[in-house]
Amino acid sequence: MAELTAAGEVPEVLFWVGCAGSFDDRYKAVTKAFVKILNHVGVKFAVLGPEETCTGDPARRAGNEFLFQMQAMANIQVLDGYGIKKIVTACPHCFNTIKNEYPELGGNYEVVHHSQFLQQLIDDGKVVLKNGGEFKGKKITFHDSCYLGRSNGVYEAPRSVLQALDAELVEMKRCKTKGLCCGAGGGQMFKDAEPGNKEINIERTEEALATGASTIAVGCPFCMTMMSDGVKNKEQESVVKVKDLAELIAEAKGL
Amino acid sequence: MNLIPQLIFVLILGVFTFLIYRRVARIKANILLGRSADYSDQSTARWKTMGLVAFGQKKMFKRWVPATLHFMIYAGFILINLEVLEIILDGLLGTHRLFAAFMGGFYTFLISFFEILAVLVLVSCVVFLIRRNILKLDRFHKIEMKGWPALDANLILIIEIALMVAILKMNAADQVLQSRGVPHYTQTGSFLISSMLVPFFQSYSDNMLLVAERAAWWLHIVGIFAFALYVTYSKHLHIFMAFPNTYYSRLEPKGKMDNMPEITNEVKMMLGVPVEGDPAPPAEGMKFGAKDVNDLTWKNLMDAYACTECGRCTSECPANITGKSLSPRKIMMDTRDRAEEVGANAGSTDDGKSLLGDYITKEEINACTTCNACVEACPVNISPVEIILQLRRYVAMEESGAPASWNSMFSNVETNFAPWKFAPTDRFKWADEMLDKNSGE
Repeated sequence: MAELTAAGEVPEVLFWVGCAGSFDDRYKAVTKAFVKILNHVGVKFAVLGPEETCTGDPARRAGNEFLFQMQAMANIQVLDGYGIKKIVTACPHCFNTIKNEYPELGGNYEVVHHSQFLQQLIDDGKVVLKNGGEFKGKKITFHDSCYLGRSNGVYEAPRSVLQALDAELVEMKRCKTKGLCCGAGGGQMFKDAEPGNKEINIERTEEALATGASTIAVGCPFCMTMMSDGVKNKEQESVVKVKDLAELIAEAKGL
Repeated sequence: MNLIPQLIFVLILGVFTFLIYRRVARIKANILLGRSADYSDQSTARWKTMGLVAFGQKKMFKRWVPATLHFMIYAGFILINLEVLEIILDGLLGTHRLFAAFMGGFYTFLISFFEILAVLVLVSCVVFLIRRNILKLDRFHKIEMKGWPALDANLILIIEIALMVAILKMNAADQVLQSRGVPHYTQTGSFLISSMLVPFFQSYSDNMLLVAERAAWWLHIVGIFAFALYVTYSKHLHIFMAFPNTYYSRLEPKGKMDNMPEITNEVKMMLGVPVEGDPAPPAEGMKFGAKDVNDLTWKNLMDAYACTECGRCTSECPANITGKSLSPRKIMMDTRDRAEEVGANAGSTDDGKSLLGDYITKEEINACTTCNACVEACPVNISPVEIILQLRRYVAMEESGAPASWNSMFSNVETNFAPWKFAPTDRFKWADEMLDKNSGE
């Protein structure tokens, strides 16, 4: 971003990578896939790079409002400093926080999740998938992330992205408004689960495997971790893949 | 003319009106123990939400079987109560079936229609009793339902059955009395359902019939008064609270957490950002987050009084499904019980107890994934998540009592600007990796 500004250019959209997209080895692959799509389509985008910091979402959900607001204010100062108007992110938690919670602290941006951005590219004919590529006719199930679905009512964008793959979309018993959480939200990602008789991600993975899908599609870094761990726990990782929407599109396009 | 029944009726009506009024005033005061929160915006959207969710029971119809049965009781409750108006007027004026004289055939139709509703209510209540006590549906038998909550639920169903039986019995005896030309019993024609019960009363003497009809009449109306009072102490209060509670629904996206402006001011001062308006120092004794009911908003407490303990929230909760101690229904029941307790202490929370600790444990609030499945499931738009998050704020900011791994996460965010312990300078590494790969090709 700093380089663009120095060159006097303004990006169409800022790609908010998020901490998982920046540091988590698995989710870095999603970041790269999404960047490949953006480059392929020729979208003029920018990233903040080292100037990006945690949105504060996990701190807020864990009760530390001070830390959240410190993070939020600092991020808003950076974003406003660059005159950012539109943000796309591959993390529903960042999406929810920047879209719904930054306005009260003075940060007003148009924020879209990458599933919505991809849907737009497909609808505009900028990403064309001829016969769906390698996913044609394959069974894919989509795991709704709470912070995308119930929190913000985005259920159709990820599904229409999958439909563009010409895959057979199979729904889990609990989907859309009734979708079962992967178990990582609300700060759970950063601590052990409380005592119980089962891990939430195992319960959800069992449901996903019951659909017979060979791919579990996700749109969230935490869901990615939880579902991948669940599939490994069930020793199904050689037959069932957990993939992000951007990865599926990039693969289908051979990017 | 004998005025004694009228005087007794006036007395009973007066006593129940007073008791209900006193109880409603207490509930209102208990709800207002909560701190202020502004829900005065978007009145059009609010009326619409109330119309769809409370009046139209939109969210109930996610589960067809209970929704249909519930709808019959709901419709019966609202419509049969039109008849209560006549009964009250009869009781006050010493008349009998006041409306029959000038409504004619329409009266017969109306009462017959009410009788159909009464039968539907009766059948639904029986099915609900079976679901609770014989089929033992899981959500009615969670740990928080032991004792009074289970009894309360069954009592409500039994009382409703008794009230419906009283209507039908009263009407049947009435028709026999009419057929014998007993004075005072206005000719109404035959009612659809109760006419089938007439044969059971044919062998009664006129006096016995009078006793049976009057007993059923008194049982029905005093039963309704008593039930109305009982409801104010019961989970059944949802029949009234559903309406204001859905009117004051949260209209923002479910994922949005309430801001804490008092913290915003402090953070702005720390960052050297100008603070708008008057940066008044936080009030004496003010705390961050919620420890007790008076730290929650009035809306949280209204939620608690609107909860009918149906358990749809708990049966959708990922933590509860996997055996954790968290049950969103219990959060609401605990909040209401504590509000009652504080209300009984004249609004004082200085009884050595608090909502957090004595009712709700840290283990429960720490188990929440904030997935909002409970909020989505609630037929009257209650949010247990909002209470949980306010309690977490208290634990994290006032007690520094968050789980150790959350404290590590906090310090990672503070020092590394990410919840994990990675060097901030590595944040852009993925781009270098992409470039390396590309240049290698």
